[in-house]
Amino acid sequence: MSTDAIIMLRRNFKHTIRNPVAVFNAILLPIVIMLMFVGEIGGAFNVGVRYVDYATPGMIVLTICYGLSATALAVNSDMAKGIINRFKVMDISRGAVLSAQVIATVLRTLVAVAAIIGVAFALGFRPDASLLEWLGAIGLILLISFATSWFTIALGLAAKTPESAGMTVVPLILLPFLSSAIVPADKMGPGIRQFAEYQPFTPIIETLRGLLTGHPSGSNAITAIAWCAGIGLVGYVWSLATFRKRA
Amino acid sequence: MRNSAIAAAGLRKAYQDKVVLDGIDLDVETGTVFSLLGPNGAGKTTTVNVLTTLVKADGGTARVAGHDVATQTKAVRAAIGVTGQFAAVDELLTGRENLQLMADLKRLSSAEANRVITDLLARFDLTESARKLASTYSGGMRRKLDLAMTLVDRPEIIFLDEPTTGLDPRSRRTMWDIIRQLVADGVTIFLTTQYLEEADRLADRIAVLDQGHLVAQGTPAELKRQIPGSHLRLRFAGEAELGAALRLLTGAAREDEDDLVVRVPSDGGAASVRALLNELDAHSIDVEDFSVHTPDLDDVFLALTGHPSTDPADTKENPR
Repeated sequence: MSTDAIIMLRRNFKHTIRNPVAVFNAILLPIVIMLMFVGEIGGAFNVGVRYVDYATPGMIVLTICYGLSATALAVNSDMAKGIINRFKVMDISRGAVLSAQVIATVLRTLVAVAAIIGVAFALGFRPDASLLEWLGAIGLILLISFATSWFTIALGLAAKTPESAGMTVVPLILLPFLSSAIVPADKMGPGIRQFAEYQPFTPIIETLRGLLTGHPSGSNAITAIAWCAGIGLVGYVWSLATFRKRA
Repeated sequence: MRNSAIAAAGLRKAYQDKVVLDGIDLDVETGTVFSLLGPNGAGKTTTVNVLTTLVKADGGTARVAGHDVATQTKAVRAAIGVTGQFAAVDELLTGRENLQLMADLKRLSSAEANRVITDLLARFDLTESARKLASTYSGGMRRKLDLAMTLVDRPEIIFLDEPTTGLDPRSRRTMWDIIRQLVADGVTIFLTTQYLEEADRLADRIAVLDQGHLVAQGTPAELKRQIPGSHLRLRFAGEAELGAALRLLTGAAREDEDDLVVRVPSDGGAASVRALLNELDAHSIDVEDFSVHTPDLDDVFLALTGHPSTDPADTKENPR
């Protein structure tokens, strides 16, 4: 990573620390949702296994997505406030500015994911994953976070105002709810079920669930990795193109 | 073109079908202040964006610090500093952290950075607020911080895009003092403004921009010779006094048949105003009301273009 990117990353860290709303959104909100589903509603779902074991992988993915709105907002307000022109005149590469945002997002997400896993354990989550499967799960979490971050950066750059930038990530936040995160897809009504089966987050969550419960599924894993690579690549290319156009 | 810090010829730029710059020629001598004067939408920010490599011109050439802005962007960027119309400070960082960020990006050693930052904070009267977030700063403080950030690596040419628009009179004067100091240090300054007074006070040369064309260029004195000078407006109680004043005062003219107002050319200075009022007094002509009118941008525009300086289409000149 270039020195410029490290300097930019330091700047993004300070932003995160000084923006308690973003920290709340990224860390506390997923925990509240987890407590709601697992503690309150989860007993009513019959998913074949203990509900906390079923729901935790989905909650992890939900957590990754929740942290994204702060990133979209940060990227957009940089563009709107003219500081990006200053960086450009100083010959700071767009790579440094954007990759610092991605890395800050991934690191923030890791903290939030660690918190949600901690809460899951407190609620009785007992994964059967081996060390290798844990490493695979962590790798997958990093991959999802990395891919969705690039995609979010593109969304944030493309949005006209910070307000609309916050809105553009709403589909990303909602998609996990319409996947097998909360209940298995085959328990859903027609229409929603097909949607849930074919949208990216279902194979991603199934892969993560398989790794954490000690029954990894190869076909899901390939689909999941393909989805992540696709989302990340589209986000990356779109980001660079939009950045060049706007700044 | 000897010793030009900025030289541009035939710059053109259009956004979609709206022509923003229509053949701009500029020549700014090193170590001087050049002011681009014009109303909103005239193309000032676009000119700055082209000269600072942020936007590519559709036609024409420009050299800044001897380097071509289209092909030698790196060399141009290394020589210039830009303070835009919107204070480009990081609101979630403190004043000191904003300056530190610039010092880091310019790879100043930590000792050097410390010295420069402390000096800039003191010079811009920001030492006390150095540890507060920039989001808590007033408009004037933000502009000062913005300019201080531009100065961290001592650029030889500084672009200031409407540095005082929206500032209160006191902050505006502080900004003027800072700009004069920079010139004294040998920096070349390219300043855009909507205020004739500002250009008049600071600039060695002024160019007047109107709807993408330069309509006049020259020293402030040359420019002011082309526009109606300042005058006094005198209001009288009746036709008798008004008639007497018209006969007495050289160059006096009635403003309007319906009003009892006379315009008298004057430099507006205290001495000449006193002399004029004394003269009226000596002839027992009572003045009911008087005011000094100094030419503003509207007068310049009216004189140079034949139309008022109002924004033609109320469009932002810098589409994002």
